[in-house]
Amino acid sequence: MLIELKNIIKDYDNGGVITHVLHDINLKVEEGEFMAIMGPSGSGKSTLMHTIGFLDRPSSGEYLFDGENTKDFTDDELAKIRNQRIGFVFQSFNLLPRTTVLDNVMLPLMYSNSKTGHEKRAKEALEAVDLGDRLNFMSNQISGGQKQRVAIARALVCDPKVIFADEPTGNLDSKSGSTVMHILEKLNKEGRTIILVTHDMNVAMHAKRIVTIRDGEIVSDKKVEEKERKHSIRIDTD
Amino acid sequence: MKNFLSEIKYTIKNLLSRKGRSFLTILGIVIGVAGVIIIISLGAGAQSLVVGQVTKLGTNLVGVLPGQSNENGPPAAVFGIQIKTLSLRDLEAIKDKSKVPHATAVAAFVSGNATLISGKESVDTSFVATDGTYPKVQNVEMEKGEFFTEEESNAGNNVIVLGYDVAESLFPGIEPLGQIVKIKIPNNNPSQNLEVGSIPFRVIGVQKKMGTVAFQNQDDQVFIPFSIGQRQLLGIDYLQFIRIKVNDSNNVKATIDDVTRVLREQHRIKNPSDDDFSVRDLADAIKLLTGITDTLSLFLALMAGISLVVGGIGIMNIMLVTVSERTREIGLRKSIGATSRNIRNQFLFEAIVLTLSGGILGIILGILISYLVALGARFAGYDWAFIISPLAIILAVFVSIITGIIFGLYPAIKAARLDPIDALRYE
Repeated sequence: MLIELKNIIKDYDNGGVITHVLHDINLKVEEGEFMAIMGPSGSGKSTLMHTIGFLDRPSSGEYLFDGENTKDFTDDELAKIRNQRIGFVFQSFNLLPRTTVLDNVMLPLMYSNSKTGHEKRAKEALEAVDLGDRLNFMSNQISGGQKQRVAIARALVCDPKVIFADEPTGNLDSKSGSTVMHILEKLNKEGRTIILVTHDMNVAMHAKRIVTIRDGEIVSDKKVEEKERKHSIRIDTD
Repeated sequence: MKNFLSEIKYTIKNLLSRKGRSFLTILGIVIGVAGVIIIISLGAGAQSLVVGQVTKLGTNLVGVLPGQSNENGPPAAVFGIQIKTLSLRDLEAIKDKSKVPHATAVAAFVSGNATLISGKESVDTSFVATDGTYPKVQNVEMEKGEFFTEEESNAGNNVIVLGYDVAESLFPGIEPLGQIVKIKIPNNNPSQNLEVGSIPFRVIGVQKKMGTVAFQNQDDQVFIPFSIGQRQLLGIDYLQFIRIKVNDSNNVKATIDDVTRVLREQHRIKNPSDDDFSVRDLADAIKLLTGITDTLSLFLALMAGISLVVGGIGIMNIMLVTVSERTREIGLRKSIGATSRNIRNQFLFEAIVLTLSGGILGIILGILISYLVALGARFAGYDWAFIISPLAIILAVFVSIITGIIFGLYPAIKAARLDPIDALRYE
C-alpha cells in the first residue's frame, strides 16, 4: 500500500472560528493507481491533496506513506519526501522566470542529495515529455502546454513514486490539455502512481478511479470502467 | 558545489534582471565602503606626508618654543600668539656645553613678513632670521653660493640667502649672487604712520628648490642673520624658536631633560606646571600631527559606519519586498523539496551578493577617489603617497559581507517560515 489515510481530520482556526475542512477521511491508494479526486470548489479536495502531498499536516488521524507512519516526521523529513518520492504539477505551472527549461527541471535535484548527473537526468526527463529540443529556451519563451510539460518533467526528475497533478489542464486550451493528459496516462502506464485533482468530469474520466469529495467527506469512490475511460492522444500544437 | 554554482547563477540572474533596483539598493553600501577605503587611504597618506615633512627637516632635532603647553596639545606659539619668555640669555645657557652636553649645534629663530626690493622688482615674502648654525639644524641644499657663516651672523653682516622662487622672481635671468636687495622695515607701531626706510642686503646664496618642509614652503622665504632680523626688522628682544641638533638619537630624550632643566634654572621655575616654555622633539611633533589626523579619521569612520547602517536598512527593506514578490517561488521550491534552511540560505545569499557587489563597487570608487586626492595633493606640491593597504580591502569585503548577513537575516528567516500552501496560493 502506497498511501493509507486513517480518520484524517483537518481544521483551520481563523482567529477563533474553527472551520472543518476534512472530516474523517479514510483512503487507500495502491502503487500504480491513476486516481482522480473530484469535487466542487470549497469541497476540500485541494486540502486533501496538500495533506497527501505533505504540504500540510492533518489536525488528527494517521497517514501511512509507503508503510511508514508520517505523524512524527520533522519538517525536513517531509521536505525530503516531497523531493524524492513525490512530484507536483500545478495549474499555474510555477516555473522560475528568466530561467532555462533545463535549469527549471534541474531545480529539484539541487535540493537532493545527489551531486552528479543532474544535467543528464534533467535531459532524460525532458525527453520523456517530448521537449528534448527546448532545453535552452527561457521558461517564458514557450507555450502554455510546453510549460506544463516542463513542469511534469520537473516532477519526474527525481524519479518519484507518485505524481500529484492539481488541475493540470486548468490553464490550457483543449489541445495542449489533451497532450498533458496523454503524458500522464503514459507515465501511469509505465507504473507511476498518478493522483489528479480536478473539478472537471472530462478530465477525471482519464483516471481509473474517481474519488468524489463534498464538504470534506468522501461521498463516492468508484472505479472507471475501461470502456468509459477517456484516452488522449498527443496533439502537436507547437 | 554544483548546486551552489547554479544557486549563484540564479541569484545573479535575478539581481541583474532588476539592475536599476539592485543598484539603488546597494548605493548606501557603495558609499559606506568607499568611505572606509578613502579614510584608511587618506589616513595613511596624511601620516606619510606628516612623517615625510617632519623628517625632511633632519633627524635628532629638539625644538624649544616659548609658552607652556600640555603633553598632547600644540604650544600656544603655534597659534601665532607672541610670547616673550625666551631670551638671548636662555640661548647662551643652552649653548653651554657643560649644561647641555649632547647638543652639537643650537640655532635661534625669529621670522616675519617682509617686502624685498631689487631695482624695479619687489616681492612680498617671509624672512627667517637665524644663526650661521642653521645648516646644522636643518637640511639645506644650496643652488648657488653659500649659507652665511656663524662669523657673518654674529657680526651682523648684511647678507641674505634667497629661497629658489624668491630668487627667480627678483632676478629673472640675472645672476643673483652679489646683487643688493632691500628689505623694507615693517611698521611695527601701526599708530605712527611713519616711513621707516629699508635695509640693504648682499645676496650670498640661493637655496635649491626644496618644496615644503614641515609644511613651510622653503622656496618662498629668505634667510638673514639673526640679530638684524630680530632688532632691526622686528624690533623685538625675544626669541620665537630655538632648534638644537643632538649628537645621537639615543640622547634626544636626555637633551630634552637637560634643556628643560637649564630653562627652569634660567626662569627660576620650581614647579613644572609653571613652565613658560616647551621642549619637543620630532617624535612629539609627529605624534601631535598624526593625533589630529586620527581624530579626523575617527569622525569620518563614524560617518562611513552610519552610511553602512543606512545602506543595510535599505538592503533589508528591498529584501523584504523581494521575499513578498517571490512568495510563489518560495512555495514552489518548498513543494519540490527545499527545506526552510535552503530557503533561508538562498535569500541570505542573495543579500550577501548584493552587499558584496556594493562592497566591490565601493572599493573601486574608494580607490579612485583616494587616487584623485593623492594626485591633487601632489599637484599642490605635497609629497603625498597614494597608499591602499590590502588590509583596508579585506576589511571592506568583510564589512560588506557582515552587513549582508545582519540585514539579510530577517527577510531570509521570514521567507523560510512561509507555509508552502499559503505561498503557492499567493497571487
